[in-house]
Amino acid sequence: MKILVVDDFSTMRRIIKNLLRDLGFSNTQEADDGLTAFPMLQGADFDFLITDWNMPGMQGIDLLKAVRADAKLASLPVLMVTAESKRDQIVEAAQAGVNGYIVKPFTAQTLEEKIGKIFERIDA
Amino acid sequence: MEQKKDKYADCLEHAKALVVELEAKRYAEADTLLSGLSRLHENGLFQEIGKLTRELHDTLNNFESEPRISKLTALEIPDAKERLNHVITLTQNAANKTLSVVEETLPRSEQLKKKAINLKTEWDRFTNRDMQVEEFRGLSNEIDAFLQWTAINAVEIHKGLSDVMMAQDFQDLTGQIIKRVITLVQEVEDSLVGLIRITGKNNMGKSTVEVQKPGKDIEATGPQVPGLKRESEVVNGQDEVDDLLSSLGF
Repeated sequence: MKILVVDDFSTMRRIIKNLLRDLGFSNTQEADDGLTAFPMLQGADFDFLITDWNMPGMQGIDLLKAVRADAKLASLPVLMVTAESKRDQIVEAAQAGVNGYIVKPFTAQTLEEKIGKIFERIDA
Repeated sequence: MEQKKDKYADCLEHAKALVVELEAKRYAEADTLLSGLSRLHENGLFQEIGKLTRELHDTLNNFESEPRISKLTALEIPDAKERLNHVITLTQNAANKTLSVVEETLPRSEQLKKKAINLKTEWDRFTNRDMQVEEFRGLSNEIDAFLQWTAINAVEIHKGLSDVMMAQDFQDLTGQIIKRVITLVQEVEDSLVGLIRITGKNNMGKSTVEVQKPGKDIEATGPQVPGLKRESEVVNGQDEVDDLLSSLGF
C-alpha cells in the first residue's frame, strides 16, 4: 500500500513514517504542504493520504476538498493528523469528507486504531 | 486664507490709528491700540495651538480605538506569554521523557553486551572441543535463557525507542506555537511603527496601522495551549474528537 504523508514539519513526517513502518507500511512518500502534495497524488497511485491541517501554501482542509473534487482521487481515504482541535474544524473536515481525524499530540496506538478502522470500513 | 487677509487688514487699521494717536501724543489711546494689536496676534497663536491639540487628540483616539491594537494588548500579548510558557513545558517534557528512556535502555544494552561476551567465550571453548558434556548442558541452559532474555529485552528496547520517537512530536507543536508568536511580534512592531508615524509631524492625521486579516472561512488556530482554551469550542483530546465524529455519523 502506497501512502502519502503531508506535514510542513519534517520531524512530524518522520514520526508518522516510522510509525507506519512499524505497522507494516513501508511504501511512503512525503510532501510539505497541499501545493506539493496534490500534483503527487494526481501523478501516482496512492492508496492512502495522511495530512496535517495547518500548513503554508495550501492547507490540509483545502487539500482534502481538492481531493474530493477530483474525479480520479475522490474516493482516496484521507486521515487528518493535526493540532487543530476546534469543534467547527472537525465538523468542517467531516463535511468535506475526511475518513479519520486525529488530534496532536497523539499516540502510536491511536494511529494504528484509526488506520485500522478506516480500512475496515472501506473493506466492508 | 480669507481669515488671514482679515487679520492683516485689522492690523493695518490698528497700525494707522496707532500712528495717528502717537503723532497727536494721545498715549492712553495709543496703549489701548497696542494691546489690541497684540491680542490680534495672540488670537492667531491660540487658534493654531488649539488646532494642533485637536489633531493630536483625534489621532491618539484613532490609535486607541483601532480594534486590532486593543486586542493585541488586552489578549494576544498575555496569550503569547502563556504560549511561550507552554513551549517550555513541552520541550521540558520531551527532554525528560527521552532522558528517562535512555537511562532505562542503556543498562539493557550494557547487559546484552556482557551476556553475549560471556556466552561467546564459553561457546568458543565448546567449538574448540574444550568442554565436558556436563558443562555443555549448563551452557545449553545459559544459551536458552539468553535467547529468552534477548527476545523480551528487544521488545522493551523497541518500545523505548518508539517512545523517544514520539517524544519528538514536541518540535511540530512548539514550532507552530512559536510561529504564531513571531507573527504577533511582527504585528506589534508594525503597530509601533504606526504609532511613530502618527506622532510624527509630517503624517499628522494619517490613518494608523494596516493589519493583514486572513480571509479564510475557517482559520487554522494551531495547537491548544492550556489556560487559553475556550472551553466549548475546543475538543479535549482524541476521545472527544471520536465522540464528535460519531455524533456526525462516523
